[in-house]
Parts: sequence; structure tokens; C-alpha cells
Amino acid sequence: MTPRIFAYIQHRGGVVDDSAAELFAAAKAIDPKASPTAILSGFGADLESACNSAKSLYAEVWRVGHEGLSYPNAELVRQALLTILPSDCIVLLLHDHFGIDLSPGLSVKLNSPFVPDVLAMDAIQSESLNLVRQEFGGQVSVHIDCDFSTGAVINIRPGAFKAEQPTDRQGVIVDKSSEVGTFTTKRRYVETIVAEAGDVDITKHSVLVSIGRGIQEKDNVAIAEELASVLGAAVSCSRPVVDAKWMEKSRQVGSSGKTVKPKVYLACGISGAFQHLSGLKGNPFIIAINKNPKAPIFQVADVGIVDDVLEFLPELTQKTRESRGVAA
Amino acid sequence: MNILVCVRRVPDSSENEIKLNSEGNEIERDELVYSVNEPDNYAVEEALQIRDRVGGTVTVVTVGGDEDEEVLRRQLAMGANQAVLLSDDAFSGSDGRGNATILKGFVQKGNYDLILTGVQAEDGASQVGGMLAAMLDYPFASLVNSIAVEDGKVRVSRDIEGGNREINEIDLPCVLSIQTGINEPRYVGMRGIRQVASVPIPTLGVTDIGVARATVGASAAKVKRTDYFVPELGKGAEMLNGTRKENAEKVLELVAARGGIK
Repeated sequence: MTPRIFAYIQHRGGVVDDSAAELFAAAKAIDPKASPTAILSGFGADLESACNSAKSLYAEVWRVGHEGLSYPNAELVRQALLTILPSDCIVLLLHDHFGIDLSPGLSVKLNSPFVPDVLAMDAIQSESLNLVRQEFGGQVSVHIDCDFSTGAVINIRPGAFKAEQPTDRQGVIVDKSSEVGTFTTKRRYVETIVAEAGDVDITKHSVLVSIGRGIQEKDNVAIAEELASVLGAAVSCSRPVVDAKWMEKSRQVGSSGKTVKPKVYLACGISGAFQHLSGLKGNPFIIAINKNPKAPIFQVADVGIVDDVLEFLPELTQKTRESRGVAA
Repeated sequence: MNILVCVRRVPDSSENEIKLNSEGNEIERDELVYSVNEPDNYAVEEALQIRDRVGGTVTVVTVGGDEDEEVLRRQLAMGANQAVLLSDDAFSGSDGRGNATILKGFVQKGNYDLILTGVQAEDGASQVGGMLAAMLDYPFASLVNSIAVEDGKVRVSRDIEGGNREINEIDLPCVLSIQTGINEPRYVGMRGIRQVASVPIPTLGVTDIGVARATVGASAAKVKRTDYFVPELGKGAEMLNGTRKENAEKVLELVAARGGIK
């Protein structure tokens, strides 16, 4: 028998996160006949409104309302989940900054195995789950066998499961708030500091020349700047470029940076880790240039070139100049 | 403040093209270049900077074999006070939970105020720090991008969505997973490594750290890799195989057609 499946749903300002439908799809991948239960924690009107929208997809929604849960502090959410979850169940969460905070510890306390950052799953077998993950920044995939005899905590990669369409289902909301007692915590949320706006707003450009580790050193950023200037584009980048302090944080595309929607995205020396790709929305036309023919970026790009960006970009700048010269 | 940093030696994926073996089910590991897991390097640097500000010691630990000593030696050269290798046949084949169990055994033999890990290793799992914290009943925060030590607690900032930062106050002792970019790890040359060549690195096994054999290793693992594979790439990219000049012309055409050139 398939264990009971729960999906912990994030929400903000009363609006359910897009991942609610992805987690639903992931539950269906485990068992097409499953009727997963949503769990939402929070407080007040925002929680109420999020629960109401979650029940259009989920037949049962567990509401956990408590003033202490107003902000999703992973330590407190864990305490709440431990009081309400039955033993040996499967819990699905998103592998984002919240799921990474919550799930490993939750799995220990539930005495369940944890499988992080899952891209795909086969339907459940009698004793084990077969899951797909990636390693080495997406260069290879690996099958994982998970013994779920004591349940499992599974973090789903954002965007990996095609969101289930909302239905006219009218699920029921089950209030679990009274089961949650008082909280104690050694980790206290203080505040959120909103990212500073940079000199250039990369979210507003239709063409981005985006650079990664392949740019190799700070002085080479100028090569990308030059190309961007002749193309009328802006330069954006991946995380390693910000880590190395070659560009400002405001230029970073990805889950811990900006979400951009350009028409054309030139990925220059970017390997294509999922954290980076999750910052690309609106289905841009991706042109990838990378020395490594195995770079995962080539799996998602529309057009690929195996070349050194330090050689290729100046050539492209030159060609652009020439074409303009002819046009003028 | 006594700080423990958990590090790992991994194939350097920026230096290596990861290939499958001839059977197509395992990674060809023979020619891989190994180095310290990059986020772990930031964690060690952060520990050293905190120690230099507030005093105390930095201990570096890894679960592995003799070949992993080079990584510990490198962290000693960066300035760690001591390094310990946790190595035992019983550890082999441990899953994330098993590795956290081994580290928990070691932590309980010592006295640490702050435990740091890198945010993730080559498997992208981001799991051992959070598991270790739960086993110890210590508080935990992931994706940490700054740490300020206060009286009996730390004030940490962590990466959340959209480039925003979440500030938390966390009581010590605690476990934090460190994000890349938190600092600029110092350079270690061959000379530095030679200078610590004779520093002893103790090796501890199951009995030394008081871990039950049944809780670690392959037999305890509930999460197992069965085989590696290279996925069929949906449609994948259309590869341009012309000369550099031809490719540049084609790209220019595509950019003009798709996005316009201002």
C-alpha cells in the first residue's frame, strides 16, 4: 500500500506558490491514484486565503495557523509538522531556500530517509522508490533507490514536474491549529533585507549577454561589456562571477539573484546549473557558448557553440560592428 | 570560540568533463582532478576570520580515506589549528544520514560552539549540515552569506529568493551551511602546504568516536545510488559547427531575428 503523501505548500501575501501544482504532479508521479494532502502553515487572513486557493487542487488541505508561524522559520515549521504528521508518510517539499533549510532536519526527526533535489520519479514499487537526481552540476544523472518503509522526505527540484492544472475541485480544509502547542526556538527571524537595485536593471532588457565562470577573470568582463554595448544589450552573470566579486549582485540571474525574461539570452561560459536556469523565465531564445561540450547548458539552449568565450565574444563584437557599418 | 568545519574532497567539476565508464553506469573516476569542495573552502575561510576576530580554534574534519589527507593538509596551510580524518571500513557506502551520524559522533567527543559546512558538494544534496544539527538538537540555517558573532549567539544572513537576504539570530552552539561568495578564501601555495607537511593528522574510526556500526555504512543506507546515466536530451541545442567567424555571423543573425539589435 502506498503511504499517505503530504505536500508542504509555501505561500506569500495570501497567494499560493506556483510549486503547489508541481508538488501535486510529483505526488501523482509516485502514485497516479494518490490523493495528496496539502499542508499550509502561517497565520491570519493570508493563511486563510492561501488555503482556499490550495483546495482547488488538493482534496484535503491541512491548515496550521499560529502567530509564531507568521514567518516561515524552518525550525518552527518543523516543530509544527512533527506534531501533526502521521508516522511513515511521504512528505514532499520544494528544493529551494526553504526546503533546503527544513527538510534534512525534518527527515532526521521523522526517522525517514531524505532525497534532495529530485527531478523525476517512477511509480512506487512494493518497497522502494526509484528517483532521478543530478550530480556534478547537471553533467550526469543518477538513479536513486529509496527504502520508504519508514516514510520519506523528498525535495522536488523547482520546475522539474509539470504543474498540474487547477481544477474546479472543492477540497476540504482541516484545521490542525489546535494540535500545535507553544513553540520554543533557538533561531529567531529578525528581518528581510530587500536586494539593492543596481546601476543596470537586467530584468528590463530584451537581450542579455550573460557571463559565467568561463570569463575567467575580472578584466575579461570588459569583453562582454563591449559586445553588450554594440548589441544594445546588458551584461548579466551567474553566481560564480558575483562570488568572485567580478560583477555586482544586482547582475546575477538565478534563484538567489534576479528572475529575467529576455527575448535572447547569450549564455557565455555558463555551465547551466539549475539554480541559474530557474532565474530564466518567459522561454527566451538561448544561445550557449561553452568550452565544455558536456556542459548542461547545451541541454536547454536553442543553439550551442563549443568555443572559448574569450575568443568567440570579440569575434561576435567585430561581426556586429561590421554589419552596422554596412547598414549605415 | 571553537569552530568545527566539515569538508570534503570532491572531483573538481570546473576542471573535469564528467564521463561515464564503458559500461555506462558509473563515472569514469580514474583521471579526475580532485580538490576541496568549493563551498567548503569558503566555510574554512569564514571560520578562520571569525577565530581571528574573537579568538579560539578552528578544527577541520572530513569523512574519507588516506587520499583525503591532502585536502585537510591544504586547510591546515590556510590556518586551521588542527585537522582530523574520520576513516573506517565501516563508514564506506554511507548515505547523507550515515555521514551526519559519523560527524555527530565526532562532534560529541569535542566541544564546539559553531559548526560550519559548505552549502553543497558535487552531489548537490545540501543535506549533511541540517541532519547533523537535528541529531545534535542544535539550531541550523542554510545558505548563509554573513555571520556576526554576538554574546552566546550569531546574527546570520542567508540567501533567499530574488537576491533578498533573511536575517536570523541563532543561539550557539549551532550548525550553519555556508554559501559561496561569503568571503574571499585565501590563496594557499605549495610552500604553505610544505610548511604543514609534518603536522600530524589523527585518524579516528567507529570505536574512537563511539558510533554504532549498524547506524553507518552501506547496510544502514536507505538512500542508494543504483546507476549513473546521461539523460536523453529532449531536443537539445542545435550545435553550430562552423568556423568561429561563421558561427559569429550566424549568432548575429539569430540575435537580430529574435531580439532585435538596438
